[in-house]
Amino acid sequence: MSLFHYLRALHGIITRELFRFVHQRERFISALVRPLLWLFIFAAGFRSTLGVAIIPPYETYILYEVYITPGLVAMIQLFNGMQSSLSMVYDREMGSMRILLVSPLPRWFLLVCKLLAGTLVSVAQAYAFLAVAWLYGIQAPPEGYLGLVPALLLTGLMLGSLGLLLSSFIKQLENFAGVMNFVIFPMFFLSTALYPAWKIQESSELLYRLAQYNPFSQAVELVRFALYGQFAAYPAIYVAVALMLFLTAAIVGYNPSKGMMQRKAGPQ
Amino acid sequence: MTPAAPALMVGNLSFAYGKRLALDGVSFAVTPGQCAILLGPNGAGKTTLFSLITRLYDSREGLIEISGWDVKRQSSRALARLGVVFQQPTLDLDLTVRQNLRYHASLHGMPRRLADARIEQELRRQNMYEHRHETVRSLNGGHRRRVEIARALLHGPDVLLLDEPTVGLDVPSRKAIVDYVHALAAEQHIAVLWASHLIDEIAAGDRLIVLHQGKVRASGGVDEILTQTGAASIGEAFARLTGAGS
Repeated sequence: MSLFHYLRALHGIITRELFRFVHQRERFISALVRPLLWLFIFAAGFRSTLGVAIIPPYETYILYEVYITPGLVAMIQLFNGMQSSLSMVYDREMGSMRILLVSPLPRWFLLVCKLLAGTLVSVAQAYAFLAVAWLYGIQAPPEGYLGLVPALLLTGLMLGSLGLLLSSFIKQLENFAGVMNFVIFPMFFLSTALYPAWKIQESSELLYRLAQYNPFSQAVELVRFALYGQFAAYPAIYVAVALMLFLTAAIVGYNPSKGMMQRKAGPQ
Repeated sequence: MTPAAPALMVGNLSFAYGKRLALDGVSFAVTPGQCAILLGPNGAGKTTLFSLITRLYDSREGLIEISGWDVKRQSSRALARLGVVFQQPTLDLDLTVRQNLRYHASLHGMPRRLADARIEQELRRQNMYEHRHETVRSLNGGHRRRVEIARALLHGPDVLLLDEPTVGLDVPSRKAIVDYVHALAAEQHIAVLWASHLIDEIAAGDRLIVLHQGKVRASGGVDEILTQTGAASIGEAFARLTGAGS
């Protein structure tokens, strides 16, 4: 198998995902509307209630809308990661996942390609959201928008691999709704997306600890610092380690000998 | 590989879901140019067998070889020689016929020019070339199946697996697919394994493999099966072998 074979397959998988993304306009619009609702309505409503002290990377007092923007960017990626794994469950039910898995390439490579394709879609969605936020007056320094690319790739891959891992355990679409409730909402609310860590600590030490362990918090912080042109080493390492763990577990989950596939397949 | 060597070989294959044995010592071979019909009632183990041949899962006992390559140990080489039409529809509905086929070609590492040439060749063969720019959603069931067969053949496989490909199709579409696949085996020396529970899909020269409760109950040509079972028709032979009539 040549390097070209791998590259062609990667290109094919990404092209397919982008075609699907273009064709599913409602998916793009809902991915954009969700964070905008939070920004325009939720954040505006809470603006006066929640005061945010000066904390890095911010150098001055900021509006609540400014604070939650990185969290909403990460939320887009969280939803996208779960949604592309939702599409994998759907694909598997429809059978096109089988077409992917029966192609003559190592399974880990196929899964990584699929993950990368989904991440690129999430990066496009994040920038669309940031463009609207910019028009709304939430403007980061220009270098921040550039520095955000690697950060978004890393966080997108991490959240996508979590979705991939979950999809390897889920047999049917219906079960996925439950996982959304038990994964997306706890991860989002128990993070620094909506409120800074010290605010959580003020109310509960336990919740603060949990928020710190939550890889989604670290993803939010990585995005937050990157958006202001700064590299946050600890969150970056934390997210990278989480990515490796989730991805390894997902690859094991999809392994034909060891994984969950056949246990789930069950008798005919 | 010598010409007489089987394109698909399954040797003493067993597989269990937990404690329930789904396949029990299944052995058969399909040679190039041969069309083998895997006949069995629902729950006979056909889908399990296909899942093992396509390596959806592989913790099993026994051997599966495609063109001499072990599916478990040399899976990439083995899968490169295999074309599959799954029972469930597997095309992207919103993508065009050509986009779907190009995607498949890329998974097999085919350069674009070669892929487009092969797409044209396979679609023309089934009178589908004029539909190449249409989305799959706009095609009828029979045409979608034709596209899936074209896709399975794009990379020039030695073995073609079809898992009940005519389910849900009308009689003319079914007949067209049955005739086309039989012609493929004969003209292009592809080994075909066709899972079915429909007796009227069998042609006179086909090899039959009757699977029931995870075991091969009979295998051979139509005449051999009739002799083995002492039945007057394949329908009767099938009923005797699977206890369907009792």
